[in-house]
Amino acid sequence: MTNHYIDFRNADVILNMGSNVAENHPVSFKWIQAARDKGATFIHVDPRFTRTSAKADIFARLRSGTDIAFLGGMIKYILDNNLYDEFYLKNYTNASFIATPKYNFDDGLFSGYDPNKRSYDASTWALEKDDKGIPKRDMTLQDPRCVYQLLKKHYSRYTLEKVTAITGTPQGDLEMVYKAYCATGAADKAGTVLYAMGWTQHTVGVQNIRAMSIIQELLGNMGIAGGGINALRGESNVQGSTDQGLLFHILPGYLPAPRAQWPAREDYNKTSPATKDSRSVNWWKNRPKYLTSILKSFYGDKATKDNDFGYAWLPKLDTTQDASWLNLFDQMYKGAFTGFFAWGMNPACSSANAGKVRQALTKLDWMVNVNVFDNETGSFWKGPGMDPKKIKTEVFMLPCAAFLEKEGSISNSGRWMQWRWKATNPPGAARPDGEIMYDLFKKVRALYKKENGPFTDPIFNMKWDYETDGKFDIHKIAKEINGYFLEDIPEHPVDKKAYKKGALVPSFVFLLDDGRTSCGNWIYSASYTEAGNMAARRKKTDATGLGLYPEWSWAWPVNRRIIYNRASVDLEGKPRDTKRQLLKWDAENKKWAGDIPDGPAPPMGTEGVYPFIMKPDGVASIFGPGLKDGPFPEHYEPLECPIEKNLMSNQRINPAVKIFEGAADSFATCDPRYPFVCTTYRVTEHWQTGVLTRWLPWLTEAEPQMFCELSQELGKLRGIENGDKVLVETQRGKLEATAIVTLRLKPFIIAAQTVHLIGLPWHFGWIYPKDGGDSANLLTPTIGDPNTMIPESKAFMANVVKLTKEPAKPKGGDKHGR
Amino acid sequence: MKVLTRREFLKFSGITAAGLAFSQLGFDLTAARTYAAELRTELRIKGAKETPTICCFCSVGCGILVSTDLKGKVINAEGDPDHPISEGALCPKGGSTYQIAINDNRLKKVLYRAPKSDKWKEVSWDWAFNKIAANIKKSRDKSFMEKNADGKVVNRTNGIASVGSAALDNEECWLYQKMLRSLGLVYIEHQARI
Repeated sequence: MTNHYIDFRNADVILNMGSNVAENHPVSFKWIQAARDKGATFIHVDPRFTRTSAKADIFARLRSGTDIAFLGGMIKYILDNNLYDEFYLKNYTNASFIATPKYNFDDGLFSGYDPNKRSYDASTWALEKDDKGIPKRDMTLQDPRCVYQLLKKHYSRYTLEKVTAITGTPQGDLEMVYKAYCATGAADKAGTVLYAMGWTQHTVGVQNIRAMSIIQELLGNMGIAGGGINALRGESNVQGSTDQGLLFHILPGYLPAPRAQWPAREDYNKTSPATKDSRSVNWWKNRPKYLTSILKSFYGDKATKDNDFGYAWLPKLDTTQDASWLNLFDQMYKGAFTGFFAWGMNPACSSANAGKVRQALTKLDWMVNVNVFDNETGSFWKGPGMDPKKIKTEVFMLPCAAFLEKEGSISNSGRWMQWRWKATNPPGAARPDGEIMYDLFKKVRALYKKENGPFTDPIFNMKWDYETDGKFDIHKIAKEINGYFLEDIPEHPVDKKAYKKGALVPSFVFLLDDGRTSCGNWIYSASYTEAGNMAARRKKTDATGLGLYPEWSWAWPVNRRIIYNRASVDLEGKPRDTKRQLLKWDAENKKWAGDIPDGPAPPMGTEGVYPFIMKPDGVASIFGPGLKDGPFPEHYEPLECPIEKNLMSNQRINPAVKIFEGAADSFATCDPRYPFVCTTYRVTEHWQTGVLTRWLPWLTEAEPQMFCELSQELGKLRGIENGDKVLVETQRGKLEATAIVTLRLKPFIIAAQTVHLIGLPWHFGWIYPKDGGDSANLLTPTIGDPNTMIPESKAFMANVVKLTKEPAKPKGGDKHGR
Repeated sequence: MKVLTRREFLKFSGITAAGLAFSQLGFDLTAARTYAAELRTELRIKGAKETPTICCFCSVGCGILVSTDLKGKVINAEGDPDHPISEGALCPKGGSTYQIAINDNRLKKVLYRAPKSDKWKEVSWDWAFNKIAANIKKSRDKSFMEKNADGKVVNRTNGIASVGSAALDNEECWLYQKMLRSLGLVYIEHQARI
């Protein structure tokens, strides 16, 4: 999130799209209600009518997988009716920037496409610079190649008629949503958007979010109280686990993972974004400091100037290697791995195309599964269709402590890093995960000391001293993440003050690239300082009255509660919205008041800095050349869809997606065997694969089993009644469920034909409860967004039939053909 | 009407006799049944130690107060009224966290399944660590790649992959990626990707 949960209450209009906030983030709904109590409008856009819709002032239904069409129509509406925030657009975005003449878009394809590689050469998407290297601009927004004009041209195609034909949303509903939301283009109005996996789990996932980001930029809603782009993340620490670099492509703090083409630190450092514009802060220019400091946190004294601070010890990816989830399991399925850790995870239920994952697990020599309860991954070898006698995989099931049985911090979606204290001991032999990995690595190291092996430097040189009096000490890791001064610094270049060796650094501003500082994760620097453990703070001061609570826990970066907050003020530093004063420049004392500003520099004025400090150009990107599938979001159909032709162009699916073609990967589009759009979701009483919640009696009593939601119209068509057992089937697998025939789902009229939607929760698994059913992910396809490779679990094609104990009726059947 | 926080209410009600006329406090008497439930909870946690924590489920980050008895056993878990986001509220999942601690189905033993076996065997931590360490070494040594097909130095372990976990604390996540990267892994993924 750019903002945070309590901030919802500051909005005038709240759009919840691609998520079901009332059911999946229930307690946060109190802040939506708080906004509504003050007169705010709450809009829900979703394929299903849910408890969120029931609480909404406006509900609009759209076909799953058509969000860009819906939002593209909104962009057109803003431009057609001049509803944008002109000051913001001109000063704080790249609307006035000029694209090169090489940029083009024609019939669903951007310039630079190579159909054989299914990828783009993005060099034609560049923005022009003058001879000093400063971006060219036309502040009148009239140049036909300026971003504003290109945007206008691109979305001129997204007419209400076309959007309705694609999404199935009635025109009147579209206009109602557009009108309500776009009213937030005024400087004294705030609009916010809350999304979740309903946007990310698509082959156009990133562009769904980009489309909304463009809207937020047009309306001046980024960097303000009551605004922003707010992901409602699904797990209590998925923000933190991402921040800490548990992904193939990033080290902690979003530093790119090293690759073969950057053999030395010097090569790596050249990847740091650069700008020639002195008014652009371009914070990523500091990347070299964060790299050297993280290497010091990895290897301690063993990392020296002479050995390039141990950079060579970090593993390198091949030049364009993508080791993300779907590829990982594809490789496992092909037998590429002998060993596997599923640590605090249940991929046998959580992964798209879970049947393929379960087969992949049989190809391993060994697997370590660490979990609180038994689960379908650790016990895969005795699952449905498995013959243990034929499965060679050695499995270790290690019992770990639950959250209340250990100490440490987690980060919520609002980037609040909150400390958790230990309430009790774990049961039996269960141990905290941290202790398990700490001791395990010691064993590995001892074994290498004894037997030696290839390239032992990173194993022997790794700093692994997080204990006090022989006991694992989580605080030592928290401090390592924050960072230390490793030498006495008599006069620090930043503030000319002296710092002692061994002291915790006050913040990442003090990190150096010469090995005199360490820091495990620069964005968490300032979280555990000489002043104490900031995440453990529990003071409830709120000087701005905006609910920032700066002394409750700690938020990254540097306790900034709303990021890009410099965009909330005018060129002189005065709040543009006087009702919600997030930040204010005190000209007399030359300092900011309010939230922690995005850097101490004076307001933009004529001399100050641009507000979007993480962007090389210092402004928000309406034209975004950094993605794999185009600088503007464009509607494409899901991989599996109900219509032969994309109504926007002749490109049916996203031209940049990778198609998996192995034996376990098959797809069906416009196939009469799989006539219905299917989507997956969660219920309030369960969480993710149910790996924790299925074992809690209160919750399983409330939601005991797998179900399939379908409309009354579809029930009639298929002879399915509420409570019937049904079989749901896709190209990948089949699944039994109990039918819920409901008014909450309705058929769509798409391109003049009726399209039915069915819905499945994905919380269940064969292991427990006994008759609870299995995972909805047995049905989902192996296909991902080209930028993130997040799988398309929210829109695919399926069939549903009633399960009867009687033999199937002969073909031809009754008068309804069933 | 004086507005009492729930805590003040509990404190006050805890030192009053059950027969006291609550109307004197300015309370709406229709809450009597709720009060009775609260009183039971209050007695249940009398003398207990309260430990603040944060819910393990979604990403809202609601505050939970866990009460333990003198032996350290969890006897209650409820919303933390001081928490600025949740203000004492919890959803059904957060309200069920007591059952995570008190649950007969928890994994309490280290289990091992040998190749082609149809059952778990109980083992010690030490036995498991030794065997896992030997497996890691074998897989790493066999698949370690110093240079890739282009002749570039990559120093990585191709034969081991990892997924997990957003269920770990920040400090554990950091330690885990450090361990995996020091072992040379590049197939490092978790819930954030799905």
